[in-house]
Amino acid sequence: MDSTPNNVENLLTEAQSLRWDVGGNIHEQLVEAIYTDAARIADRAVQRPDTPERFDLDRTIDRLVTSRLWGFPIMALLFTLIFWLTISGANVPSGWLATLLLDKLYPVLKAGAAAISMPWWLDGLLIDGMYLATAWVISVMLPPMAIFFPLFTLLEDFGYLPRLAFNLDRVFKGAGAHGKQALTMMMGFGCNAAGVVATRIIDSPRERLIAIITNNFALCNGRWPTQILVATIFIGALVPPYLAGFVSAMSVVAIAMLGVLLTFVVSWALSRTVLRGEASTFSLELPPYRPPRVLQTIYTSLIDRTLYVLWRAIVFAMPAGAIIWLISNVQAGGVSIAEHLIDFLNPFGLLLGLNGVILVAYIVAIPANEIVIPTVLMLTVLTSGLTGFGEGAGVMFELDSTADTFAILQSGGWTLLTGVNLMLFSLIHNPCSTTIYTIYKETGSVKWTTISALLPVVMGLVVTFFTAQIWTLFTG
Amino acid sequence: MNEKTHTPQPAGCEGCPMHHTANLLRLGVDMQDWDYLVTLAGNPNTGKSTVFNALTGLRQHTGNWPGKTVTRAEGGFEYADTRFKLVDLPGTYSLLSTTLDEEIARDFILFGQPDVTIVVVDATRLERNLNLVLQVLEITDRAVLCLNLMDEAERHHLKVDERRLARDLGIPVVPTSARYGRGMDELVKAVHDVATGKVRPKARRVQTLPSDLERATLKLERRVQAAYPDLPNARWVALRLLDGDERIQEAIREGDLGDLSRGEPLEDAMPRETASEVA
Repeated sequence: MDSTPNNVENLLTEAQSLRWDVGGNIHEQLVEAIYTDAARIADRAVQRPDTPERFDLDRTIDRLVTSRLWGFPIMALLFTLIFWLTISGANVPSGWLATLLLDKLYPVLKAGAAAISMPWWLDGLLIDGMYLATAWVISVMLPPMAIFFPLFTLLEDFGYLPRLAFNLDRVFKGAGAHGKQALTMMMGFGCNAAGVVATRIIDSPRERLIAIITNNFALCNGRWPTQILVATIFIGALVPPYLAGFVSAMSVVAIAMLGVLLTFVVSWALSRTVLRGEASTFSLELPPYRPPRVLQTIYTSLIDRTLYVLWRAIVFAMPAGAIIWLISNVQAGGVSIAEHLIDFLNPFGLLLGLNGVILVAYIVAIPANEIVIPTVLMLTVLTSGLTGFGEGAGVMFELDSTADTFAILQSGGWTLLTGVNLMLFSLIHNPCSTTIYTIYKETGSVKWTTISALLPVVMGLVVTFFTAQIWTLFTG
Repeated sequence: MNEKTHTPQPAGCEGCPMHHTANLLRLGVDMQDWDYLVTLAGNPNTGKSTVFNALTGLRQHTGNWPGKTVTRAEGGFEYADTRFKLVDLPGTYSLLSTTLDEEIARDFILFGQPDVTIVVVDATRLERNLNLVLQVLEITDRAVLCLNLMDEAERHHLKVDERRLARDLGIPVVPTSARYGRGMDELVKAVHDVATGKVRPKARRVQTLPSDLERATLKLERRVQAAYPDLPNARWVALRLLDGDERIQEAIREGDLGDLSRGEPLEDAMPRETASEVA
């Protein structure tokens, strides 16, 4: 027997040096040899029918959707369609929910509180803070998720997603990541927390971590409203009215595309530094196309995805609402804590082409990105001393017309740069606390959770800083 | 069927079971009342579970792989007064990469050393399925190919030449339609023949490696063979080491591979009761 410890190490060392001698990607050479052998053997053993190939619908669709030429345009078209349906379809039910929860139920609750002579601070904390934050999250988040998730699940059920992963596999592999990350990124466009959960489909821990850390660069539902509103106000205003809608929509798509680009860049950087390793090969079976089971799909996607994500958001929105109300109403030296914070952060914010209000709003809105815009508006009104908007200090509200919003923001000193940088920062900043919590649950690691949270926010600060500095260089 | 190679074996006996009882206990399989261990591998969607059910009938139960949350089905069947224990492996496309399912399947075939590994393939998707077959054959010679879904192949007017396939792969090939119970008797007989040593397959190894890799593999294979003289799959171990497989490196450091090479004490390796009958 020759397997003494010393010999064992020699054997492993020799394997290592031979590995270097051979060079190239041994794994791929091996896989290729197996495939070549398998093809040869199968070719000799199987006799195909002599009749000419019949028209095969599945294969024709496959050739089209996975072709090098048409694959990506078709993908872009399908997703534009889904986002368009989501964005335009969500407005109406969002309006209904807002009317119901904010216009109808809110006064009833206030009246009820007054009837039982609840102290003003408790009434403010519970109703103006916690209730309104929750109502906001529900009315903004529920409709887009209830549209996006079933549409996405239908696409999945139909069998398109494996083809999509097939298309994107090459790009992700080039970035040292797993091809299935394409799927989790798509989920992230709906909700990053759901996207992080979806990374379970990636088996290799290294590639799964890359997918988790970069998922935040997929613009989630909670951030779409911010993007759309700010784009409409600041970008759409740059062009004649008949182009405004198209141009602002394109600027939102550009931000989303920037997010995809960042996903690749950061995946690439991670796989060459802290998460070094080879991309693993996987067999992707392209299942036959099936007619989707519409009702079952809608039901399960509502239960499994929509309600699950919504519930986590609500859990975090309630305490956030309480905090917003508290910092706007608790005063120190005659000025509310919120104003202290804004004044303190303002110089820093201006350096980034943002302002103190936005930074405070982002800190307060860590629990849920949906409440960024209402918080921004509320804090702006508070500090600029405008009157006639909203219900009072610390009450979150949303204005009916973008013109009103524009008026408030201008009085708060906003410029085009502020708008652009807000859009950039909204894309590149820390994940919401729901997502952070999910990352912790999924990885079980404080270290990776911290990295996932801090990496994007540092990147966002760098990007907005340089945008602001270059901007002032050119505009004087 | 496969040609039989009657080369005299230097050690062990013709019909002695191969399986590694001690390792199997660690893998959660108790061979107390069984003569031979048969395991079932295959791609997903090949009708593997149907084959499992057809072979075991009601004699089956499910549990988990030790320490893993992957379910495992096991059962048994009898043929010619011999009792075969059947363990269903997770359905996988390969044994190369890093997924938990693939690791479980790979470790079981490697460390459990089942007496026969049945690889179930979809006759209508032979090329894709052969990738797994070739990888199994790198680890063990003692395999039987279950060419399943023959009914579907017929429906698609595909003709599969199973004799040619058996010659090319070097293992017995049995066409089946497990859904209709067709070919199951032949499958059981082929398993029995391989288990008892009546048929000694000589499995094909991957032949189209690039020349640099082939040379390095050969060199390392000799080193592995020297370190572990009785290891049946030195070439495969060499390939895994060249591929940088950490699990195999670990198995070498911890001595797990040495255990396999050394085999078990003779009295342990002798089949209980039926050894004489079979031999």
